[in-house]
Amino acid sequence: MNRLLSLAVPTHLVHLAPVDAVIVVFYFALVLVIGFYLKRRANTSEDYFLAGREMTAWIAGLSFLSANLGALELMGWAGAAYQYGILAAHWYWIGAIPAMLFLGLVMMPFYYISKTHSVPGYLKLRYGESSRVLSAISFAFMTVLMSGINMYSMALVMKVVLGWDINFSILISSITVAVYVGLGGLRSAIFNEVLQFVLIWAGALLIPILGLIEAGGWSNLRLQIERNASTEYTHLWGTLGSFNSNPMGIHWTGIVFGLGAIISFGYWTTDFLVVQRVLSAKDLRAAKMAPVIGAAFKMFVPFIVILPGLIGIAVLPMKLVGEGVAVASGGHSYNEVLPLLLARYCGPGLLGLGVTALMAGFMSGMAGNVSAFSTVWTYDIYKALFHKNANDQQLVRMGRWSTIGGVAISIGTAYLVIHFLSIMDYVQALFSFFIAPLFGTVLLGMLWKRATAAGGFWGLLAGTVSSIAMWAWVKVDPSALRYVALSPYARDMAENMYRALWSWILCVIVTVVVSLLTAPKPASELKGLVYGETEIPSEGELPFYHRPVFWAGAVAVVFILLNILFW
Amino acid sequence: MHSEGSISIWFFIGISLLGNGLLILGAGLYQLVHPPAEPVVLFSLHANVWWGAVLAVAGAAYCYHFRP
Repeated sequence: MNRLLSLAVPTHLVHLAPVDAVIVVFYFALVLVIGFYLKRRANTSEDYFLAGREMTAWIAGLSFLSANLGALELMGWAGAAYQYGILAAHWYWIGAIPAMLFLGLVMMPFYYISKTHSVPGYLKLRYGESSRVLSAISFAFMTVLMSGINMYSMALVMKVVLGWDINFSILISSITVAVYVGLGGLRSAIFNEVLQFVLIWAGALLIPILGLIEAGGWSNLRLQIERNASTEYTHLWGTLGSFNSNPMGIHWTGIVFGLGAIISFGYWTTDFLVVQRVLSAKDLRAAKMAPVIGAAFKMFVPFIVILPGLIGIAVLPMKLVGEGVAVASGGHSYNEVLPLLLARYCGPGLLGLGVTALMAGFMSGMAGNVSAFSTVWTYDIYKALFHKNANDQQLVRMGRWSTIGGVAISIGTAYLVIHFLSIMDYVQALFSFFIAPLFGTVLLGMLWKRATAAGGFWGLLAGTVSSIAMWAWVKVDPSALRYVALSPYARDMAENMYRALWSWILCVIVTVVVSLLTAPKPASELKGLVYGETEIPSEGELPFYHRPVFWAGAVAVVFILLNILFW
Repeated sequence: MHSEGSISIWFFIGISLLGNGLLILGAGLYQLVHPPAEPVVLFSLHANVWWGAVLAVAGAAYCYHFRP
């Protein structure tokens, strides 16, 4: 331990007072206590991988959101808001809300009624083993990379705020996650995600409040942003008429069709990291309500993420730069905007809570990835390929070992992230490789009875390979951007949007064509899996205010109002 | 989630908010008496006092309501 402590570097942005250190230690202690407490309730595979399927809509909904409220949400998107302005809010609104509501109302019944353990598990039921294995391997690969992103972000915060050595931070966070997820499984991950959700709000809410006070309110903040950056930074839709009239270099078609229709639907409806939380719901109504509750909270996350990025433009005395420039020049990068504001406004105690909120965000993201990886590895790779007759105890044991293995692999991937200019661009690239085509495969599987096993497999493969090929094409020949992203002015994020769109379209076309050329499954094998062959329980006896569709409508109205307000 | 014989997640959240709230409130009150040499921006608002109090009250309410 002395050696570990000696890794801490004495140069840092802020000094933690003793009370801050106590708050950080208190958080780690509570997280571990929860893990040990829940170990006794993780004896069967149903307990370990699906938390006994007994979560309420609120718990599943907050966990569903919290698993996504990791490094991306806190530092990455605050940095993106500093870099691109309010356009970054699209990833919270059109890039999330419609997809979350669609998951709750349309797709959740098929996931839940099929009683699958995972999204690849659904593909096995609907399309067969080959689609399951392809999806499981690509998901496992993506998940450990995502986990690496979380670790890197965590280490970055610790470096900036506390001056901790990057290796020290990675070691501490990964051991903690491995212990509490390894012991209590999904239930422990969910408990901690809900705890982390509350801590994140408690620790991060003061930054926008104090930032708005310092800036003199929203109107003055806008004026300062327009003076320090440009008027384009404060418009959500007004600057998207052409590629070169906004900081992101994207056209509204990329936001609507690439982000809103493909990437967000792919992520929120087929990424097992988030879907797993909803599968733990105690009944179908709770499973449908959970994404709606998550969407309601998601709409307001920009207040603690995007707004601080904008406040940073207005009030920070230094100019933040890209990751590569920051490393070369010794300056601060976009991704450091949130810790810099934390140091600006938060005194002893609050600073500790703010640092804890950041850690909590990273830990929940990492835990989400690790628990999802463990489930997919155990059910869809280990059991499917290596040990078909594994009993319940063997599955739980493999779940614990794969949790530890997943953490170990993701430690290695953490260092890869450093070679990419922006955390978010990297993540978007990953999404478009795997998630967009998967959404096409799952959607057709749920809504089109005629889709066949061969169609599903070849469509998924074609979409994934084409996405990687387009990415490689632009890397080798940057001028190819004009074809992939429809404009030579497109930036990385715009490129990712369009690549996702093309790969999804290709996946759907190949799935449809191959399905029409091959023999369909008999209807008897599609019960509980496809629209038209699945009996979905009626909610007619429920009062309107208990129906998921009513609350989804309310969320949709607020979502539309927010877009108009910040047009 | 609170099945028979188990501790509710909301109780753990209450513990967290109460503990953090008291620590932050205590630090804020100390700074009221001993103002720091290099205060943070908007120190005059004493955010740690009122925010710590809000968290502590919310945490106490959760602990009481969801006690095992």
